[in-house]
Amino acid sequence: MVYFRSPARTAFVVFNTIFLSLTAIACIIPFIHLLAISFSGSSAVAAGRVVFWPVDFTIVSYEFAFRGGKFLPALWVSIWRVLLGVIVNLVLIVITAYPLSKNKDKVFGRNIYMMYFVVTIIINGGLIPTYIVVTKLGLLNSIWALVLPGALPIFSMIIMMNFMRGLPEEIEQAAMIDGAGVFATLFRVMLPLLTPALATVGLFSVVNHWNDWFSGLIYMQDSKNYPLQTYLHTLIINFEEVIRMAQGDTAKILAYMNVRTGRAAQLFLATIPILMVYPFIQKYFTTGLVLGSVKG
Amino acid sequence: MKSLLFTLRKQWQYHVLLIPAVVVIFIFNYIPLYGLVIAFQRYNPSMGFKSPWVGLDNFIRVFSQPNFVQTIWNTLFIAGFQIIGGIIVPVVFSLLLNEVRKVSAKRVFQTVIYLPYFLSWVILAGVMIDILSRGGIMNTFLSLFDIGPISFLGDPKTFRWTMIVSEIWKSFGFGTVIFLAALTSIDPGLYESAIVDGAKRWKQTWYITIPSIMPIIVLMTILSLGNILNAGFDQIYNLYSPIVYSTGDIIDTYVYRLGIQQAQYSVGTAVGMFKSLIAAFMISMSYYLADRFAGYRVL
Repeated sequence: MVYFRSPARTAFVVFNTIFLSLTAIACIIPFIHLLAISFSGSSAVAAGRVVFWPVDFTIVSYEFAFRGGKFLPALWVSIWRVLLGVIVNLVLIVITAYPLSKNKDKVFGRNIYMMYFVVTIIINGGLIPTYIVVTKLGLLNSIWALVLPGALPIFSMIIMMNFMRGLPEEIEQAAMIDGAGVFATLFRVMLPLLTPALATVGLFSVVNHWNDWFSGLIYMQDSKNYPLQTYLHTLIINFEEVIRMAQGDTAKILAYMNVRTGRAAQLFLATIPILMVYPFIQKYFTTGLVLGSVKG
Repeated sequence: MKSLLFTLRKQWQYHVLLIPAVVVIFIFNYIPLYGLVIAFQRYNPSMGFKSPWVGLDNFIRVFSQPNFVQTIWNTLFIAGFQIIGGIIVPVVFSLLLNEVRKVSAKRVFQTVIYLPYFLSWVILAGVMIDILSRGGIMNTFLSLFDIGPISFLGDPKTFRWTMIVSEIWKSFGFGTVIFLAALTSIDPGLYESAIVDGAKRWKQTWYITIPSIMPIIVLMTILSLGNILNAGFDQIYNLYSPIVYSTGDIIDTYVYRLGIQQAQYSVGTAVGMFKSLIAAFMISMSYYLADRFAGYRVL
């Protein structure tokens, strides 16, 4: 492209850079403020003296998170849930998308299967009937209540299906001629080729499972089974309750910590995993969306 | 018949692969559809789906509540502005970002504005409660200009605008990335010939850039219309309080409070079903329109 160099253009570039920088700042400044609060002493925070840099530096809020609070148990529930959830999601996505990526001459009833899955995007029973079904199955308080209801994300499955359709058919044909059956072709030949698509939908699953708080709230009756986000929800709604539940020498900690610093520390800790994966997500997310919109 | 058996024998592996998904979807998506019958019953947990039938009583009860109409209005109001802002803001930002020449600067902006999109509303609510409280930095900042203090989350009048602006803030980075991807696929030849014809930046933007991304703008708008009844349960549930129910209560939060918290399963299901029916219609319409006007197909 050719660019005009004119005073108006220069003025625009300057204005544009400033404007975009301000917006970018508006997107991260809340988190910097949060970080500063989490490392500050309680009286400085209460007096409103903390802006973007810690005042009366202390790590007592983090000590509370790791020792007194229920942060760590909730973190384990979340990690366990993400591992289990992502594995279940990926297995179901791959084994479902593979037959559906064939046309209907190869797989009898392919379009009927497809309708069966896609209709669920449009029509659903809603919150309460789903809740009743999960309850009747005896899944309350079980990690499976967090994993099974969303075991097959249809949108991710469609992305995978479209990706499989984009692969050269000759690879499969060659495998079949060499005597590989359907299962061997899928798991030995196709699977390595699916890595980019697996990464895309896998990251979708990681983010969904990690960020979900609502199913923990309704399906876990005992707060010690709460995943991290659900625990954070109670922390935000009712921090005093969290302090009361805490064990250990809380009196000493409470002298340095208040609701705001304690909350800030735990919120910040919970963002770290996302901060670590999201540079990768950015790349795969866009690819995923492009794949997802490819017409089948 | 014989030939069908023959085909099935030949392709049985494919069908075996589909069984787990068919079963899971049946249990967690189709059985709850059957569960909608409780909207026409007086549900009693010990009797399950065999509870006594009451016809349309639950629906009548819901519709005659004065706050129900208000709830629908709140939902449409909040979601409507979220959709409008959720299209305009990312389009403007992608155009501005597209003018940034330095690739590294562009990437930094993109990455930073994209961050809030990936955090859960629980975390963002925690952050917002801290920042927007009366003693929070937002009000401290505004006091420099002699504004406020504004009770962002505790005043029915400001609450819904706080919901609208914060949702746009959370997700505009995501939209921007999508529109930027569309912008990079515009044929540079179009700009070159425009320059030959003497078009300056404004004219180029107006006559080439915007028309080129119009299909994707139309597509995103149509698809988001399918969501007009979702004003964001996660966001509102984590941020509201009884003080702002009058303007902040949306259909989903209403169903949750009525259905799960107060254990009025039948009434909650009736509201939910009412919502699902309209939503199903809206989504089908939006998919149809998306296919018609933007050539987008799900299948």
